[in-house]
Amino acid sequence: MSLEQIVFYAFSALLVLSATAVITVRNPVHAALFLVLTFFTCAAVWLLLEAEFLAIVLVLVYVGAVMVLFLFVVMMLDINYVPLREGFMRHLPLGIAVAVVVVLEMALVVGPRYFGLEAVPVPPPHDAQYSNTTELGSVLYTDYFYPFQIAGAVLVLAIVAAIALTLRRRPDNKSIDPGLQMRVTRDQRVRLVKMKAESPVDRE
Amino acid sequence: MIELLQSYWNAVPLSWQTLIVIVLKIVGIVVPIMLSVAYLTLAERKVIGYIQVRIGPNRVGPRGLLQPIADGIKLAFKEIIIPSRANKFLFVGAPLLALAPALAAWAVIPFADGIVLADINAGLLYILALTSVSVYGIIIAGWASNSKYAFLGAMRSAAQMVAYEIAMGFALVGVLIAAGSLNLGDIVRAQQGSLLTWYWLPLLPLFIIYFISAIAETNRAPFDVAEGESEIVAGFHVEYSGMAFALFFLAEYANMILVSVLAAAMFLGGWLSPFAGIPLLDSVTAWVPGVVWLLLKTSLLLFLFLWFRATFPRYRYDQIMRLGWKVFIPVTIVWLLVVGVMVLADVPPWFD
Repeated sequence: MSLEQIVFYAFSALLVLSATAVITVRNPVHAALFLVLTFFTCAAVWLLLEAEFLAIVLVLVYVGAVMVLFLFVVMMLDINYVPLREGFMRHLPLGIAVAVVVVLEMALVVGPRYFGLEAVPVPPPHDAQYSNTTELGSVLYTDYFYPFQIAGAVLVLAIVAAIALTLRRRPDNKSIDPGLQMRVTRDQRVRLVKMKAESPVDRE
Repeated sequence: MIELLQSYWNAVPLSWQTLIVIVLKIVGIVVPIMLSVAYLTLAERKVIGYIQVRIGPNRVGPRGLLQPIADGIKLAFKEIIIPSRANKFLFVGAPLLALAPALAAWAVIPFADGIVLADINAGLLYILALTSVSVYGIIIAGWASNSKYAFLGAMRSAAQMVAYEIAMGFALVGVLIAAGSLNLGDIVRAQQGSLLTWYWLPLLPLFIIYFISAIAETNRAPFDVAEGESEIVAGFHVEYSGMAFALFFLAEYANMILVSVLAAAMFLGGWLSPFAGIPLLDSVTAWVPGVVWLLLKTSLLLFLFLWFRATFPRYRYDQIMRLGWKVFIPVTIVWLLVVGVMVLADVPPWFD
């Protein structure tokens, strides 16, 4: 077994194990952290395919941003786990049946005959000067220009919609317009009072 | 003797030889970083001391020079207290998660022309990815401590890092557009010329935003609300003691050095001499190796870190968020357009 194969099998095993852990561990924070590990190992497998741009962006976007927000929410939530686990045994037969059907369907559609070295040969390794980033960029901005721009526009729309849906104007909010704060002058805040340094004290 | 060693070396299989060489290189990078981190803490106390008209530590060793060593020994022998009902595994693992990305990012930093551990094409992306991962140490520490103060610190830190990462990323995109490469060595080489061809001038707004975001990303004053001694005691590491606390400390300072080196490489010409192009000075200073210039530029930026800490009061939390989201991100986007136009128009002397 070559070094590359050892690395591949090690990371794949870790990938499958951590992905299983995501849905089996009881603590949601642990589950989120296992998802982070899944993304990491997935990025490592992609690196083996010389897709370094996608691998690093996976870590950057999903691990660095999305999962941070996920953890943020999961840590803040105080979930009561007991009702979530109720009826596990009752629904188990149906769940297993559905799972078996899904596995069979997947085996029929993407069965082993579509894979293997005959169907998908090993891509020829590129030389050291090959830049995955450049290749992706030159395709994205030429052949796939419209889909790329449309996807960007849809994402912007989704961001605006999400903000518009959750934005609340609260009348009891006491925050001050920063522009007003900046325009404050000394005269509006400080008053110099002239008074005698000493004054006779009334002794009554 | 040398021949004997040579023969031993040749007996080692080739793949092991590369492995040994890489490990030695890593040691050669990490050990100086750790020493710099130790002495940066001393420098910080000394600089802030003199700014506040004090002397700073001066008892351990000549002029206090052994103070970091004494601090290290003290921390190493302290007991690590694990709070009751804390998540033990994550509690112990969090400091490692904070320190590891700060060290791993050094793999792609070029110290001089061609002197870099991993000369990869996607260097800048790699750095962005690793700095975004470093937030996990803080979040996990805050959560695993089972303490309200620690948790508040972790929440603040996470929100702050996500906010400033975007501005920082956009600043790096500006550098990428200007240099036309993600490789840090190529970015430095693209700035070749003189002091005025370095990217700090055409990318001045991005440089300033990058540096301020870097201060926010490393949770340093005036953006240190994640620690906020006066509000939430010490934030995410309030429950940590001994070596576990020391690791957070090391991570913070290692991150400071890292972002300073990055700023030096991307905006201040990395290993290039500032005297290039000036007739007499250039030839007089030609013997100075490039790494010295890089270290000088990094030290200058590190001094700014310390200076800011001694000068500015802490930002209010909502103002930090406003600055990150509503000021920095729009400014970077506008300047990205300007840089794009400059590159297309081949504006001399940077982009011709």
